[in-house]
Order: sequence, then structure tokens, then C-alpha cells
Amino acid sequence: MIPEIGHFALILALLLALVQAGFGLLGPRSGQPRYVEAIPFAVAGQFVFTALAMGCLVTSFVQYDFSVKYVAENSNSALPLFYRISALWGAHEGSLLLWIFVLSVWTVAVTIKSRSLPQSFMARVLGILGLLSVGFLLFTLATSNPFLRLDPAVPDGRDLNPVLQDFALAIHPPMLYTGYVGLSVAFAFACAAMIEGKLDQTWARWTRPWTTLAWSFLTAGIALGSWWAYYELGWGGFWFWDPVENASFMPWLVSTALIHSLAVTDKRGLFKSWTLLLAICGFSLSLLGTFLVRSGVLVSVHSFAADPTRGIFILAFLVLVIGGALALYAWRAPLLKSQAGFEITSRESFLLFNNILLVIAAAVIFGGTMAPMVSDALGQGALSVGPQYFNPSFLLPVLPLLALLSVGMHAGWKRGNLARVRRPVLGTLALAVALSVAVCFGAYDFDAVLMPVGVALGIWIALSALVDPIDRLRRGLSLPAGILGMSVAHIGLALLTIGITVVQSATKELDTAVAIGSSAKLGAYQFRFDSTKAMEGPNYSALQAQVTVLHGGKVAAVLAPQKRSYWVQQSPMTEAAISARWDRDLFAAMGEDLGNKTWSLRLQVRPLIQFVWFGALIMMIGGIISGLDRRYRVPKEARDVELVAGAAAAGPAA
Amino acid sequence: MSKINRFVLPLAGFALLVVLLAVGLKQAPEKGIIISPLVGKPAPGFELPDLLQPGNKVASSQYQGQWYLVNVWGSWCVACRVEHEALLQIKAQSRVPIIGIDWNDADDAGLEWLSKLGNPYTRVASDSEGRTAIAYGVTAAPESFLINPDGVIVKKQTGVMTPESWQRDFLPLVAGAAR
Repeated sequence: MIPEIGHFALILALLLALVQAGFGLLGPRSGQPRYVEAIPFAVAGQFVFTALAMGCLVTSFVQYDFSVKYVAENSNSALPLFYRISALWGAHEGSLLLWIFVLSVWTVAVTIKSRSLPQSFMARVLGILGLLSVGFLLFTLATSNPFLRLDPAVPDGRDLNPVLQDFALAIHPPMLYTGYVGLSVAFAFACAAMIEGKLDQTWARWTRPWTTLAWSFLTAGIALGSWWAYYELGWGGFWFWDPVENASFMPWLVSTALIHSLAVTDKRGLFKSWTLLLAICGFSLSLLGTFLVRSGVLVSVHSFAADPTRGIFILAFLVLVIGGALALYAWRAPLLKSQAGFEITSRESFLLFNNILLVIAAAVIFGGTMAPMVSDALGQGALSVGPQYFNPSFLLPVLPLLALLSVGMHAGWKRGNLARVRRPVLGTLALAVALSVAVCFGAYDFDAVLMPVGVALGIWIALSALVDPIDRLRRGLSLPAGILGMSVAHIGLALLTIGITVVQSATKELDTAVAIGSSAKLGAYQFRFDSTKAMEGPNYSALQAQVTVLHGGKVAAVLAPQKRSYWVQQSPMTEAAISARWDRDLFAAMGEDLGNKTWSLRLQVRPLIQFVWFGALIMMIGGIISGLDRRYRVPKEARDVELVAGAAAAGPAA
Repeated sequence: MSKINRFVLPLAGFALLVVLLAVGLKQAPEKGIIISPLVGKPAPGFELPDLLQPGNKVASSQYQGQWYLVNVWGSWCVACRVEHEALLQIKAQSRVPIIGIDWNDADDAGLEWLSKLGNPYTRVASDSEGRTAIAYGVTAAPESFLINPDGVIVKKQTGVMTPESWQRDFLPLVAGAAR
């Protein structure tokens, strides 16, 4: 009964989404206010019914209802409660339901927070969000219904993919989806502005907090995914340029560009058509990501639900949504003219470079991700594009991006006075270079040229990000959340840069055969293979090794890597053991049993790898601080906004 | 180049991408359909406790030389509840014995099910440990296997058997052989 209620709730949600889309897009033209006034009720109703559908599916999982196909395929009577709940988004159907629910939550938030915006504009925004909801609900009901009963039935479930039985991965999809779907708000605002033909900078101001918050979630989602891949897949890396990783990284790069270009459009009324295009592209790339993951077009470790019929549906939906938005853009964008000008050394121009470089980086990844498909379509056979392509071609735009970032943070709006910013720029640069050389020579025996460069860039960014807030506090000025958040996010980026640089150039690793009782030496560390023992988990059995790591004669860590065999799915899993400390990770994973009490072991010492995720976390916190800045929220206090914006513009140059 | 062209470019690029995706989609591998490798092979033998007559055994050897239908079910199985009506009808209309295999079930629950809903089976075997079901390659219930007098599986139904599917797919095989 419960699955049927969920199914029915989804159908009702679809009907309400149709009302929301219809009234939202056609209501303002009808001249009848009651249509527009009805929209919030449709939004609220849709939220109630999608929440009910989520609740029904969770209940089915919690109550072990294996007569539901999705439950039977993704859980098992031995699966712990936490993973029975997270199994909800363990596969395609439930992920879609989560997508729809998250979209509904964003829509409710937009409806509540934007009550003071012009009614016809809000109607159109909600209409577009409703249209997206209609598409996804139709898709779910027609091709991917999670509430279908299983015929024939099974006595017990097939279990959740063991790879997904992990805390980070349990919360990774909700974070990532919140980010993906959050970009739909900027998309809807841009489309509504284009439909209205009112393309002044106000829409950009209203969009900023939503985009920044969506970006924060996207950052967290990607970081969690990378963290999971690092310790769960047991390959020892944190980024693999897998098509699915790329699918989430491209919208991130474009939305990063969007955040910066929205700032320019909001403050100075420039880059208007460019900002529109970025708002369309950001969300389009998250839709495209969904297509690539779900359709089986690209083969990857993640495409667990590849199905061509679903692909056709998503492709049609893409054509309608992205094609429609781009057609609207081709029609409306020529009307835009920017009056204001700016000088080459102004902040605007640095932000323009930021945008160009970020978009180039996204394009590089897009090219690499699509290349295997293009070559396949042209009958050239399978082509594999790996880190050999991605690493250097990604660095090409990113290195200048990082270098220009520090300079740009000191530049003033409109006209940058180079002579004025020379002192902070050169001062921070000199300090950064000195610190970088000290760190690289002092702590690591480096042999890569990029290491001191990357570390110096990171330190330079961190120092530059501190200059403005410290200056403000010293002069007794207020520190608005927007500026504080920006500084925090940039410091996060600095930590991320330092982390990636050091871990890429100073990691030591060794794959070797070790007998029980003997040890292997790696850098300053000694890995001693003590013993193996069999053990049982809640739904798997495992062989666990004990590896003691010695540093200078003292025990630095005791590692317990496992080889697991899950009972239901029978798949062997390597559970790497990691001892994490802020400045280094010690890593051991079990390979093959070579007989004679000898195992092949993979051993690694990874300096500063925690900085990668810690940096991402700080970036996310910065984004949230910025996104919650009161200045963006209330159009009523327009006067205040202008005053603070003026102060912000004058600040760095003064 | 007039000014508008610049703004059409993203749309044109997207159109190109759609063509590419459509071609890629056409080349995506089709899903395979699993056909039981057991059809045409001798049915796995079994000897299980009789659910209805404790102490007795239900064995495949007892049915050697005649047509019979093996139906795998369980009281936990929602789809089996749907199928139950159809089995009662088939029992009333045809003389082919139906051997029920009560799979992964508590004997009490199985007996209660039969007393409440009626018994369509000639004999019912209790396969509480699921060994026979594994031998038959059963992944889900209900599943039915039609076995001929030589002990060979000639037809398999995955999922709910209906009077129609019995009439259409199963009965002609039995009747054709009798003629």
C-alpha cells in the first residue's frame, strides 16, 4: 500500500507542477492576477507530495519491503538502517526522486524569500522551475518509477552496491544534487528576465545569493565524492578525471565563473549578455551531466543505470530546455548594450580574465570528456583520454588564473591604479615566494619545478585574501558578510592549491611483496607487516592485515587494511587503511595473496593531502557566508545596498 | 557578419552537440534478455519434506514418465498471491499435476496460506533452505517450470502465471505431445 501511495503522490505532484508551469508562464500574459496568485499553492502542494513520495520510499526501505523492485535491488535484510535510508539514492530511480525533491525544496525557498520581487517576474521564475519539475516527474513516472512492485518477487534483496556502503557516499549525492539543482534558480531567473525583456542588472542581484549557495553545495558534493574515491576505492588518488567526475566539475567551473560575472553585472552593469549565457550554461551542464551518466553514452564506473530509452527521453528534454533557453538568448541578447567602460587594470578586467580562463578550463574538460564519443561516432574506434591529457591542459588556464587572482583582489572597480596596488601586490608576492621556498626546501626533498610555484601561488592568494579584511578592521570599517565570505573562499582555494601541488609532487608510493613479519621502507617511514586475521562485518566477511608504521623508531600508526567479501553481491572489495594527520596520510592497501604468507601491498605516504578536502570545506563555508549576506536579500533596502556596494568598491583602492 | 550572428552561435553549438549525443545514443549497447539455460535440459532432481503430510517426501522421481508443472512460491511473495487465483483455475481445468515448492518460507506460514487461500497444488514440498530453488536457478518468485515425461524442462515462466499464459504457452505443448 505504501509504495502505491508514493506512486500516487508523484502523479499528484506532476499535476501540480503542470499547474505551476502553466500559470507561471502564461499567467502574467493573461492579465488575470488570480492565476499568478495561485502559483505559491501549487509550489507548496508539490513540495508536500514529493516529500510524501520520499517518505513512502524511505518507509519501504526501512520496513524491508522487498516486493518493491527498487528496494529489492538496492537493499538487503542484513543492511544496516543508515544505509537502508541512503540506499534511497543508491541507484537511478531513487536519485531522480531525490532530484525532484531537492528541486521542490529550492522552489519553496525561492517562493518564500522572493515575495518582495515583482509579481510577474516571480511568476515566470516559478513557471520555469515548474517546467523543469514537469520534465523530471514525467521522466520518473514514464521510465524510472521507483515504486514499481517486483514480479517475480524475491525473499531477500540483492543488497546495495558495496561500493556505496560508506558514510561519505551516503551524503555525497544529496549535496551534489542540491548544488546541481540550485543552479536551476539562476537559470530560471535568467530565462524569466529574457522573457520579460527587462535585462537591467536587477535580475543579477537577485540571483547572486542563490548561485553562491548552489555553488557551495556543489563544492561540498564534489569534495565528498573525491574524499570517498580516495579512501574507499583504494586507488590512492583523489581525482581520476572520470567522465562522471568531470560531469560535476564542469558545472562547478562555469558556476564559479558565473558568481564572479554576476558580481560585475550587479555592481557595474557590465557583461550582461555574458552573464546570461553563463547562467544558462551552468545549469545546462548539470543537465548534460545527468544525461551522460544515465544514458550509457559514456561508459564509466559510475553509470550504474545505463539505459538507451532513458537516454532518448533526457535528450528530448535537453533539446527543449537548453535549446529553448539558448534560442531565447539568441533573440534577446542582441538588445543588450553596456554603457559603462572600464580600464585594463580595473577589477572588471581581472574578473573578465577570470571568466575567460575558467570557461577555457571547463572547455578543456568538456573536450576531453566528449572526445571518446566523437571518435566513436566518427567510426574511429574507442579512444581513451586520461590524466596525460587532462593534467597539463587543465593547468594551462588554471596557473594564470591563480596568478591573476592575487593581483585582481587588490585592484579597484572601474579604474585600477597600478601604482597604488603595487605595494600590496609586490609585498604579498615577495612574502609568498620566501615562504614557499622555505617550506619546499625545509619540509620536502622536492624534484618537481611546479612544487615551489604552486605553493607560492597558494600562499600568495591566502595573503592577498587577508589584506582587504585586515585593512577594513584596522580602519574600523564594517566587514560585510559578502566580503568576509569571499576572503574565506579564496583562502580555501589557497589551501586547495597548496594541497594539490604538494601531494602531486611529493607523494611517495611503493607496490611491493611483503611477507608477514618483515617490513618495507618508504622515505622516512618503515611499514611492518605484522599479521592477518579473518573477521566478520554486519553483511560481509573480511581478511584484515595489521601493518605498523614506524617513523624514527617510534610507532606512527597501526594500519588495518581489509579485503572484504560481501555475502550477497559476492564482490571482493579492497578497504584501504589510512592514518590521516593534518600534514600527511599514511596509506596501506592489500593486493593479492602471493602464497607463503606473502602479500602484495600498496604503501603510500601522501603529504598535505588533507588540505585538498579541508580547502574545499573552507571554500564551501566561504560560499555560505557570502550567500547569506543580508545585502543581497532585500530589494526594499535598495539604498543600503548602494551605500555598502559603494564602500566595497572604494575599499581596496583607498 | 551582422551583430545577431554572435548570439546564435551558442544555439548552433548546442545543435551540433545534440546530433553527436543522438549518434552516441544509437550506438549505446542494448540491454540483454536473460533466457534460462535450463530450458531443454533435464530438470534437477529433488527430494524434499512434504509440507502437507509431515514425514513424507516429495521427490521428482515420483513423477518420472508424466507431464508436471513445478511452481516455486512463498507466503512472503506478493506476486504469488496474485498468481494463486490463476493456479486454482488451472488446477480446475487441467489434469497436469502442479508440484508447489514453498521457497525460503516458514512451514507454518506456508500452511496458513494454503488453508486460507485454497490449495492449487497436487503436492507441496518445503524448500525452507532454498537448495532446490538454487538448483532450478530461481532468482525470484513465482517461477514455473513445465517438465515432460522424459524429465526435461520444456518451458519456463518467470513471474506470474495467468490462465492466458497457461492456455497459450503451456497447454499446447502438453496437448501436442499427447496427440
